[in-house]
Amino acid sequence: MADGEEPEKKRRRIEELAEKMAVDSGHGDSTGDWDGRWNHVRKFLERSGPFTHPDFEPSTESLQFLLETCKILVIGAGGLGCELLKNLALSGFRNIHVVDMDTIDVSNLNRQFLFRAKDVGRPKADVAADFVNSRIPGCSVVPHFKKIQDFDETFYKQFHIIVCGLDSIVARRWMNGMLMSLLSFDDGVLDPSSIIPLIDGGTEGFKGNARVILPGMTACIDCTLELYPPQINFPMCTIASMPRLPEHCIEYVRILLWPKEEPFGDGTALDGDNPEHIQWVFHKAQERASEFSITGVTYRLTQGVVKRIIPAVASTNAVIAAACAMEVFKIASSAYIPLNNYLVFNDVDGLYTYTFEAERKENCPACSQIAQDLRFPPSAKLQEVLEYLTENASLQMKSPAITATLEGKNKTLYLQTVASIEQRTRPNLSKTLKELGLVDGQELAVADVTTPQTVLFKLRFTT
Amino acid sequence: MADGSKGKSTKEQKYDRQLRLWGDHGQDALENAHVCVINATATGTELLKNLVLPGKCSIKQNIKSPDISRFQIFTPDKLLDNDPEFFHRFSLVIGVQLEESTCLRLGAVLWNAGVPFLACRTYGLVGYMRLAVREHTVIESHPDNALEDLRLDQPFTELKNHVQSYNLDNMEKKHHSHTPWIIIVAKYLEKWYNEHNFQLPKNYKEKESFRELIRNGILQNENGVPEDEENFEEAIKNVNTALNPTKVRILTLEIFDGEECKNITSQTPAFWIMARAVKEFVESEGGGNLPVRGTIPDMIADSEKFINLQNVYREKAMQDALLVAKHVESLLQSVGKVHVILLFFYHSKNAAFLRVVHCRSLADEYSVESLNKDEITSCMDSPDCEMVLYLMLRSIDRFHQQHSRYPGVYNYQVEEDIGKLKLCVNSLLQEYGLNVNVKDDYIHEFCRYGASEPHTVASFLGGCAAQEAIKIITHQFVPFNNTFIYNAMSQTSATFQL
Repeated sequence: MADGEEPEKKRRRIEELAEKMAVDSGHGDSTGDWDGRWNHVRKFLERSGPFTHPDFEPSTESLQFLLETCKILVIGAGGLGCELLKNLALSGFRNIHVVDMDTIDVSNLNRQFLFRAKDVGRPKADVAADFVNSRIPGCSVVPHFKKIQDFDETFYKQFHIIVCGLDSIVARRWMNGMLMSLLSFDDGVLDPSSIIPLIDGGTEGFKGNARVILPGMTACIDCTLELYPPQINFPMCTIASMPRLPEHCIEYVRILLWPKEEPFGDGTALDGDNPEHIQWVFHKAQERASEFSITGVTYRLTQGVVKRIIPAVASTNAVIAAACAMEVFKIASSAYIPLNNYLVFNDVDGLYTYTFEAERKENCPACSQIAQDLRFPPSAKLQEVLEYLTENASLQMKSPAITATLEGKNKTLYLQTVASIEQRTRPNLSKTLKELGLVDGQELAVADVTTPQTVLFKLRFTT
Repeated sequence: MADGSKGKSTKEQKYDRQLRLWGDHGQDALENAHVCVINATATGTELLKNLVLPGKCSIKQNIKSPDISRFQIFTPDKLLDNDPEFFHRFSLVIGVQLEESTCLRLGAVLWNAGVPFLACRTYGLVGYMRLAVREHTVIESHPDNALEDLRLDQPFTELKNHVQSYNLDNMEKKHHSHTPWIIIVAKYLEKWYNEHNFQLPKNYKEKESFRELIRNGILQNENGVPEDEENFEEAIKNVNTALNPTKVRILTLEIFDGEECKNITSQTPAFWIMARAVKEFVESEGGGNLPVRGTIPDMIADSEKFINLQNVYREKAMQDALLVAKHVESLLQSVGKVHVILLFFYHSKNAAFLRVVHCRSLADEYSVESLNKDEITSCMDSPDCEMVLYLMLRSIDRFHQQHSRYPGVYNYQVEEDIGKLKLCVNSLLQEYGLNVNVKDDYIHEFCRYGASEPHTVASFLGGCAAQEAIKIITHQFVPFNNTFIYNAMSQTSATFQL
């Protein structure tokens, strides 16, 4: 049949198939639903079963809830986001919002399938929403070409479930913190209606993980911060005077040579997406490498180091997004008990999955509602406190700003992110806590990119 | 790749993220393969998407190109009737949501033709994959956490000489503190050997003493306080793994013992010629060891000391690779072939990680005599093990055979079909002599599924299957062997050898 077919017939047949890209548009009812469209979903909503959630009641109304009422927020429209949007839309979810601050790059096209070459440069959220809305009748994806930090509680509160396909731990922690801030307590008892479940997925090459977080109830992102592998940062002395690997040579150019030589004009920052910039770094790195008889500097490696590129393929993203979407469905429909609470996946050698319950940390800075202690002698310098906040494994803050109430007034002790304030408060770093007027039991408020709310610490003087 | 030229081609840019995983040669293999996918159901289309994305732009774009034949979608039974040889041309055939009889027929044809067969199926909240291939060889398995090949327990001459060139007792601080930890461990090992009859530290106690020995070598300032010597700390930290005896691991020895390795003919594929050459090297110049891998991890050291040490390993690796190449040459000559195997150094680097996967045929799995009874019964000791899902899939196939439909497709059928399905389960277990208990809950659940193909499960499986297909095509990374079951209810999975 297929091979005996004339090439022209074959081409036409494939063209027909390809044109029918819109999911079988039929002549359904006013909702655009044709007969049998949601059959595969109905079986799980309308039939009883031995493994369903104890709260589950088969009903024909659950489908209506999914189709008309349930509101899902997808964070990220990249490798995971594209897959998530597709999975959710094909599972009956019609009220979906998607947030992504990025635009489309050529290197996305090997896996972010809602995008085509002609879309390069356009916002991911917009293109993704357009694609889904035009291909899946009835589905409404609302795009937001914004950062997650551009929204506040009023935005996030409206969603039943939030799914993240992010590529940054800082962003995850921020989202985590936002959902924690939405929790309300009645006399110390958590009000379940204030919980918005967070499904979080992450991938890297052939590895991935998916987890279900019920804020205030299960382990949160910060509870398991140590699970994330530390970012590779080479020591400065290695980069500056003792390179051994091609990566050291590249970092030398990025960190030391570029600011010194400003090859593309004063104040022009190194842009990893600009091929001319990378070319410059590549050549300089080669020069550095030959000085030390180091081999292995390539263009690909240069770009990888400068942009901190993580290898990625379509298949891993498909798997993890599918697992996440499955959990969204379970939670939205109560059809099954959701994942409790962490799935790890690796298909380098065969296929390996591991499912376990990540435990809550008793004194988690994000979800334990317990004020954190900071123990320092009064003679300790503020610098030490700053280092603790950034280096401590369970805090891992990026650029904390520390304020305290002194003599009835709110005083900024140190803030890094605004140049003028950084300059003004820098001398405080070398002063002792005593010199700064801080007392035992003092509350310190710390703000950081890793959380939308300030974290309160209690200063405890040690002897 | 055009290194040094301005910018990269669009294709390189587009595939950059995956080229970092399987390289340009892997990408070439992927793009040149001919894959047959049967049944574009939800699972099938997901699978296709995940193959097209890393390989070519889209089906639509291929219309004008002759490469359109890469992806063919059609009904198999007619082909099996009229032209089974149609399948012989493919590097891989993937059958999605196939009926049991079709699956077995196709499986037999492909097994005889030596074409790998991947069967996939989404059934309710269960995903299933089965790989059937006589022999799949992998040179680049890219193991996740391979141990380094440092040869500290059996230093080769050049390494010994290099270590000899250091005198730790007579070094300025700045050199002492920037000596690579490999040198440190080697030096202190010599000391240890003198006091311990040339025996490696073996147990925890001895390794502790060895670590102490190194720690005592840290320079002290004039007050007797130990200096900050990070390289020594590294040495101490690495004692455990550094002293692992160098040996050929069992997986590799099994390859050496393989039939194809022993009998080289003019038909022998490159993999086995390579394996035999490595084996011959091990048995002669290697002195019982594989060719030196040639890489060392980064460590605290000044540039010169590190690069010099790295070069000692690299040059040895190249020498060994050349010796392996000589064996390859003479093997080829002995069977009258004169090919030049390029990249032999690169292969030699992978010598320790060669893998061969043999997946049993479907016929063997389904035959009463050769069914893997042990695997099934021992798994079913835990009645909720994924194995029960496999038995249920076999049972609904049996149901389909008898009733020409799957159980519970329509609501009114669910109740009644539970009893009928149970009969199928029992007859299956009886026919194969399986003394296991399948809980009623699973029978009910499979009626509930009504042969549905929920998209989330189809998508999960499509992702898994695509990557296994890529492994088969590129011969990189190791495929599963041979039955994979995914349980979306519990988000767990298992792999069985059936």
